[in-house]
Amino acid sequence: MELLPGTRTEDVAEMARIFMTVIPHARALGMELVEATPGVVEIAMPWSEEFVGDPRTGVLHGGVISALMDTCCGAAVMTHPTRPATTATIDLRIDYLRSATPGQRVRTRAECFHMTRSVAFVRAVARDEGDTLVATATGSFTVGG
Amino acid sequence: MTRESVIDRLLARVPYVRWLGVTVDRRGDELTAVLPFSDKLIGNPVLPALHGGVTAAFLETTAVLGLLWATLDGRHGLPDGDEGLPRLPKTIDFTVDYLRSGTARDAYARARVVRLGRRYASVQVEAWQDSRDRPFAQANGHFLMPQG
Repeated sequence: MELLPGTRTEDVAEMARIFMTVIPHARALGMELVEATPGVVEIAMPWSEEFVGDPRTGVLHGGVISALMDTCCGAAVMTHPTRPATTATIDLRIDYLRSATPGQRVRTRAECFHMTRSVAFVRAVARDEGDTLVATATGSFTVGG
Repeated sequence: MTRESVIDRLLARVPYVRWLGVTVDRRGDELTAVLPFSDKLIGNPVLPALHGGVTAAFLETTAVLGLLWATLDGRHGLPDGDEGLPRLPKTIDFTVDYLRSGTARDAYARARVVRLGRRYASVQVEAWQDSRDRPFAQANGHFLMPQG
């Protein structure tokens, strides 16, 4: 990916890391930054018993995947080369392709693939440790400042 | 087992639903889900506002509760699972519209099962805080019903 003048990858990673540490809910779920380049962010979270949605199978609740996807998409918007000052989710659709394997961490990768003056368009995928695609997301986000 | 007790068991036994702290308010035939505010639910500490993922999780939980409520009305029914719970519907897709920021206070949500088929169900959900006329989020989801 091409970088705009003055945008260094390390700055973006640092920004994405800060973005996540200030979000109480991201901390509560144990989310951690894997990688960030301008407009593309990867975030992971460990499997935990308390975030299970179906006690029969031990599969994580869909809402946990939503939170992970939403955070990852928001971070992709914030690290976009146009550097919006703020962003908020307008809408987010998640397709649950298959259950994430119980006990495995889930990794999401979001890409802000189009940006206008007011709206950012983002897509994301989530995989478990077996690199199995578990969910995809498509969303639009506000662009502020 | 009454559908009231199924709802109570789901709230008590599904770990993430417990973690969120979701409860229900039953008035006659209507089921309202309640999300008590807590700091760990914050997504934007400056406003402060609920995390979009929390809103999505609350809406999805409400959709499943509404689906169970509609299915266990004595005419439909669900196959048994473990721990005194029926087998749960699986989310196929879930789309959330964020209408305004969820603020740092309790939230409420109600689901409407638009279509309940043998295999597939379509559910709409709306969440509000101060006034039901000013929803802060709405969602539409499709679910795969457990097969006996």
